[in-house]
Amino acid sequence: MIKKIIIKIGYNWSFLILILFLYLLTLFFNKTLFIRSILYAKNIFIEVIPILFIVFILTFLANIWLTNKKATKLLTQKAGPLQYITAVMLGILSSGPIYMWYPLLSELKEKGLKNSLIAIFLYNRAVKIQLIPIIIYYFGLPFLLITTFSMIIFSLINGYLVAKFTNN
Amino acid sequence: MKKYNLALQNTYNNFKKTLPILVGIILFIAIVINTIPSKFYNKIFIENNFIDSFIGASIGSIMAGNPINSYVIGIELLKQNIGLTAVTAFIISWVTVGVVQFPAEALLLGKKFALTRNIISFFFAIIISILTVLILQFL
Repeated sequence: MIKKIIIKIGYNWSFLILILFLYLLTLFFNKTLFIRSILYAKNIFIEVIPILFIVFILTFLANIWLTNKKATKLLTQKAGPLQYITAVMLGILSSGPIYMWYPLLSELKEKGLKNSLIAIFLYNRAVKIQLIPIIIYYFGLPFLLITTFSMIIFSLINGYLVAKFTNN
Repeated sequence: MKKYNLALQNTYNNFKKTLPILVGIILFIAIVINTIPSKFYNKIFIENNFIDSFIGASIGSIMAGNPINSYVIGIELLKQNIGLTAVTAFIISWVTVGVVQFPAEALLLGKKFALTRNIISFFFAIIISILTVLILQFL
C-alpha cells in the first residue's frame, strides 16, 4: 500500500512529505524545536535560493550544448589521448541524474567504448560547472580549484585502474 | 529553437525532481541540527584526517541525488565544527561512489566494472579530501 503510494507520487515528493510530517509531529510535541528548526531552515533557504537561479541557468546552457547524440559522437570519433580529454570534458558538462547516462554508456560499451573512458566520464560528473557559484560561495575559490584539479587527475588514474582490473 | 526548448525542458525536469529533495534535506538538516547536540558529532569525528575522511566518504557513498544537496549538507556539517577533510570526502563520494545506483550500474555496465570503479572511487575520495586539506593548510 505505502509502496504503491510512494511509486505513484515519486520518491522525491514522498521524501518531502515525510519530512513535513516530521515537522507536524514536532509542532505538536515540541513547539520550541519546531520554531527553531523553521528559522534555521529559513536562513538556509535565503542563502540557497539566489544560487539556485544561477545553477538553473548554467544547467540550461550545458543542456543546450551537450545532448546524448553529441556525447556519443564525441566519445567514439576521436582516438588516443584526445579521447581521454573528451571523456573528462563530457563528464564535466553532462547533467541530470547519473542513472540517466547508464543506458547510453552501456550501448556505447557494446560498440567498443573502453571501460577506462566510461570510468573517466562517470568520475568527472563530480566536477560540475553549474555548481561553481555554490562551491565558491560556501567553500571558496582555492577549495574549488584544488578539488577540481585533483578530481580530474584522479579520474584519469581511476580510468587506468578500472581498465587494468577489468582487463578492458 | 527546438534545441533551446528541449534544453529548457530537460533543465526544468531536472529541477522539478531535485527541488522536493533539496527542500526536504534543508528542513531535515534544520531539525537534526537543532535536536542533536554538537558534542555528538565530536564523538563520531575524532579529528583524525584518515578516520574522519573514511567516515565522511562512507556516509557520502550511501547517499545519492543532485550534488547541490551534498554541498548544502556539507556546509552545515562544517558549521557543526566537523573537519573539512570529512566534509570534502563526503561531497566527493556523494557523486563518485553510488551504492544506491550500484544495481543499475552493475546491470548495464557490468558487475566487475561497477564494483572496481566504486571501490577505487571510494578510496580516491579519501585521498583527495586529505590532499585538499593539506594543500589548503599549506597555502
